[in-house]
Formats: sequence, C-alpha cells, structure tokens
Amino acid sequence: MNHIISVLVENKAGVLAKISSLFSRRGFNIESLAVGPTENDEISRITIVVNAEKHGIEQVVKQLYKLINVIKIQELDPLNIVERELVLIKVSTDSKTRAEVLEIVNIFRANIVDVGKKSLLVEITGTRSKVNALEEMLRPYGILELVRTGKIACSRGSKS
Amino acid sequence: MSKITGAQMLLKCLEKEGVDVIFGYPGGVMIPIYDAIFDGNLRHILVRHEQCAAHAADGYARATGKTGVCMATSGPGGTNLVTGIANAYMDSIPMVAITGQVATGVIGTDAFQEADITGITSPITKHNYLVKSIEELPVVVKEAFYIASTGRPGPVLVDIPVDVLKSLIDKNTKVEVKLNGYKPTYKGNLRQIKQAAKKIFSSKKPVIFAGGGIISSGASSILTEFAKKANLPVITTLLGKGCFPENDELSLRIAGMHGTKYANLAFTETDLIIAVGVRFDDRVTGKLSEFAPEAEVIHIDIDPAEIGKNIKTNIPIVGDAKSVLKDLSNEYEKIISSKGNTDRSEWLGRLKGLKQKYPLKYDRDSKKLKPAYIVEKIYEVTKGDAIICTEVGQNQMWAAQFYKSSQPRTFISSGGLGTMGFGLPASIGAKVGRPDKTVIDIAGDGSIQMVSQELATAVTGKVPIKIMLLNNGYLGMVRQWQELFYNRRYSETCIKNCVDFVKLVEAYGGVGLRVKEKRDVEGAIKKALEINNLVLVDFWIEMEENVFPMVAPGAPINKMLEDNK
Repeated sequence: MNHIISVLVENKAGVLAKISSLFSRRGFNIESLAVGPTENDEISRITIVVNAEKHGIEQVVKQLYKLINVIKIQELDPLNIVERELVLIKVSTDSKTRAEVLEIVNIFRANIVDVGKKSLLVEITGTRSKVNALEEMLRPYGILELVRTGKIACSRGSKS
Repeated sequence: MSKITGAQMLLKCLEKEGVDVIFGYPGGVMIPIYDAIFDGNLRHILVRHEQCAAHAADGYARATGKTGVCMATSGPGGTNLVTGIANAYMDSIPMVAITGQVATGVIGTDAFQEADITGITSPITKHNYLVKSIEELPVVVKEAFYIASTGRPGPVLVDIPVDVLKSLIDKNTKVEVKLNGYKPTYKGNLRQIKQAAKKIFSSKKPVIFAGGGIISSGASSILTEFAKKANLPVITTLLGKGCFPENDELSLRIAGMHGTKYANLAFTETDLIIAVGVRFDDRVTGKLSEFAPEAEVIHIDIDPAEIGKNIKTNIPIVGDAKSVLKDLSNEYEKIISSKGNTDRSEWLGRLKGLKQKYPLKYDRDSKKLKPAYIVEKIYEVTKGDAIICTEVGQNQMWAAQFYKSSQPRTFISSGGLGTMGFGLPASIGAKVGRPDKTVIDIAGDGSIQMVSQELATAVTGKVPIKIMLLNNGYLGMVRQWQELFYNRRYSETCIKNCVDFVKLVEAYGGVGLRVKEKRDVEGAIKKALEINNLVLVDFWIEMEENVFPMVAPGAPINKMLEDNK
C-alpha cells in the first residue's frame, strides 16, 4: 500500500542523499520523491510516496527520525489532504490529430505550453488518477516524452 | 585578535571536549594536524593500520565510557577506517572519526588520495560532516561529540579538507550549536512505566533481558538493585555481559547461539520479558517465530526504531535505561509496599534446577589442553577483575562462557559486526583508557593475523597488554560449522604452522611464551601478568575442540546441540 510522508529537513548539502540511501539500505521502495524549499529557506520539504505495509511504514518513519538533519515527519492521511502532481507530456500530433488532442486536453483542463511542427507539449496538474487518465487518452497518439514531478501534498485545514 | 589555523582550532576543540588521546595515522593532507600535535599536549597513539585506530578508539570508549577519537588521512586512510567505524556503529559505541580530505577546490575531481568518505560512511555512522569552511569547524566538532555521546551512542565522522586545516580563524570564535532535528528522549513515559511495574508484579515467570544499553547508560547498579528487589532473573546479551554480576544467583548469563542452555530455556518458558537496551539480534533469538512463545514483552530502549523492529512488544517504553529503570523501580516499590512482594520461589527454583542440570561444561579430566580450561585459569588468576577483550570466533565464545564478568565495561567484544581482528587493537585502546587495569586479549590465531602489525603499536606506544592466544591452527568457528553442517569438508580453514607467534611477538620487541601442556597454563598466565611489557602466550590448544552448547543456524534456541554426537 502507498503512504505519503512529508519530511521537513534542514536545507544542507547531502541531506537528500542520506535520505535516499536510507531507503535503499533498509529495503523500502520509493514510488516518488519531490523536494523543494519551504517558507523558511533553512528548511526543505521532501514528499515521499512509499510502498510498504503498516509495520514497514512505522520502521520507515522511525528510521528517518534517526537522521540528524530530519526535523519533522508527518504521515499524511490520504482522506484529508490535497495532493497534486505536475506532469509534462509531449504528444505526437499532425494536422489530422491535433484537433482531437486539443479537445482531450480541454476536457481535462490541462494546458498546451508549447507547440511544435509534429508535437504538442501538454501540462497537467492534479491527482495521480486524473493524470493517469489523461496519459491513457493521449497514449494512442504517441507519447514522445513524459516528465512527472512526483507527488506533493498538503493537509486540509489551518493546521500545519 | 589572534588567529590560529584550522588544525590548531581542531585540537583546541578536542581538548575542550575532554579528549586526552587520539588513535591515528598521518598522511599528506593531515600534516597540518600532526604539525599542531607536535607542539601540543594531546597524546597520540600511532597505530600501524587505520582500521586499528578505529578499533582502538572503540576499545577505549567501551572501557572508559568516554568518546573515542581516531584519525586518518584522505582516500585510503578513510577507507581503512570503514570496518572500525561500522563495528562501532553496530555496537552503538561513541566515537568521533576525523579524516583529512583533499582541498575544497578539487573535491569531486578524483584528485590524488580523494575518496567520498562522507558518502561511503553514511550508512555506518550516526551522522557525518564534510567541513566546507573554517567557520563551521568548531561548531561541527562540538556537534559531533554531542551526537556521538548522547541518545543511542554511535560513531560520527568529520571530514576536513586540507585548505580548511590551513586557513586562519579567530582563536576565540564563539560556538553556537543548533540541532533542530536531534532531541533524544531520556525520560520514559510514566504511564507506560506504571503499567510495566504492574505487569512485572503480576508475572509468574519473568526475566530481565539486559544488553549493551545498560552499560552505555551507566544503569548497572540500578538494574542490579531492581532485579534483587523484585526477584527477577537476569539474562544478558554478549554486549550486556558484565552489566549484572554473572556470579550472582539471579544471573542466567548470556543467551543465544552459544549462550547457556538454561538462559535459552528460560526464554522459552518465561511469561514476561523485560528487555532493556537490547535489539533482539538474530544470534540471540534464533528462529524468530519460535522465540519466547509464552512471553509478553516490555521493551525499554532509547532508540524508538528498535522497539517492535524484530519482535512484537506489549509495553514499549522509549527512554534512557538508567532513568526508566529508576522510575520503574520506584513504581514497583510503591506496589510492593502496599501489596507485599511477589513470591517467585517456584520460578526461581525451576531456573536453579535448569542451571544445575545444564551447566556450561567441557572435559575437565582430559589431559589435552582445553581452551575452556585456559579461560577458567585466566579468570582465577585475575580474580575476575581484568578487562577482557576478545577477537571473533571460537575464542570469543569460550571467553564469554568461561570468564564470568561482574563489572560493566570489563568485557569488550565485537558483537553486531563480528569483526575478526578487533581484539588486539581494542585491548590497546582499553589499556590506554584504563592503565590501572590488567587488560587481556583472548585471541584466536585466525583473528590476530588480521591485525598482527599492531604488536608494534603495543610495544612502541608502551601499552603492556597481555594476549592469550588460543591457537588451534584453524579458523575454528568456520571449521566447526564445516564439521557439523558441511560433512567435515574443511575448505580453506586450516592455517596450521603458518607462523611462529612467539618469534613474531619477539620480533616486535614484546615477550612470547609457549604453552603445550595443561600443567604449564597457570604459571604462564601468572608470568605474563608480571612482565611490564606486551606479552603473548601461545597456547597450543586441542585443534578440533568445538564451542558447545550451540543453536544451529535458523533453529529455535531451545533446541541446542550439546556435543559432537
């Protein structure tokens, strides 16, 4: 089962390497990982989606806490969060298919961010299921390249 | 404003942390530090291989309770430290390892003697640092010692580029430490502790299971007091040896693969394990699904990640062993002062019976030279008061079985990593830290050859340790497994007659004695202890003697092999 954990870390060199190597040596699988600065520039947030059983996820959290640069860890409740992922999809188009692709993109409220002679670059944000659905719809036209940021998430309400 | 170099600042910081000795080896980028050492008051023990600098710092830390310090140059110096650091990490030993690094400007270019030592040691250190500027240096050193010695102790590595060592800094730079992500929990949750006290009170067949955590937190006397107050038998791990007097009638000594049969049976029959400062290693539990089938578990540990990692816990208590045991003992006192003490005579009687039925044994009447006999004689001659270091393998298990430790920090052995070659450098470190004590390395002929160059360190560093070499001409523990489980196919384990150990130690300027007969054992041990120099006694023991009892790998711990049949 997938769990989303949100980890606040000190923004120092080598911290990401320490975290990712911990996952591999303890045998935990990372589905996705997104990292960036927070409102405080001394602190970064790493959002990690891990595939693990309940006992496994407890160990992940406990082991992460042992890293000196880790300040706070939250396991996010999937029912009470807003989660997003940003994806760029370069899809192959020609004069015949372009209109169809545009229509699909509109239905998904995605954006066209670049146009090439034989391609369109589509940007979409949303939940993983929405993104996956768009990807499926575009696949028959030929996906030339696909880039995902990995999932980020925030709990609902005022509490941080 | 007076300025000093980074190297001088480093030494100043070490002195401020109370460091009185460094185990190390110089190298190109380390010259600024060694130049500063040349003028300073800090004692430096020159080892002959960096691995042994780490092991010696480790032995020093185990014997004294202080943080051990080792030092090595960039590249191969650092990579040679790796085994020693990993050993300290597995056994939670406070250590600060200092490595030199190539200049900041060339890091990442595969410069001469460059190795990414912070990357390499990341999985085997509690924390590590690459010091990128001189301003960070005093802060990093302070943090390193704090992290290494608090919470669950462990090794911290500080990697310092040579240009940082050479640059200048104000002598009186203010040091401000900010560790937002590091706040170990010392005080246990009182509600959980109360619950634990009640559980212990109502338990019919409890055991305390005490480990290295007791020793590192200095909880031996409170443990002993509590065990006696509540009539609780005590089993220890290998690393916990000495945290509770092994000659006490409540002691069941060590459990596990080569533990006592009565300790293993006690685990199988107990209804409550009070585990303190242990991590339920596989060498203790044997087949996990059949370990302690009747038992509920109270697990006290300063590292929350150990609780529930290997076995299910009913009452988890995160905290420092000493603090929690104190609170637990108080809560227990409250219960018994109103309800009277629990009668455990039936359980203690049962354990006493098991102890009598299954004592540790060997063929005492044999005319051959038995290793267990030698260890018992060492115990007698030293009156159980020596610091015993061991190598890894059969020698280690015989030492653990037949030398009864009654004080913490007097049995020093590589537990988690099982590092052959640990004993000699660790005994050097222990003797440097405790010059008042007799320090003995109970060694094997396989292990000691991994580090025999350190005989030079003992002689030139004037560290008069005593090596009792149980020489059987085999890599004995592997040979034992080959005998028992691989049809006596002794592949690559015979190392007989490869070196004359008496001549070897004499070549380094130490004293060598050889013993082939049982009747000469006691005299040789006494003589070795009288000589104020490195002494190695080469005991030619029976070649194919095995360590029993034994739990076969993967078997449940109550099914023990007791002899060759």
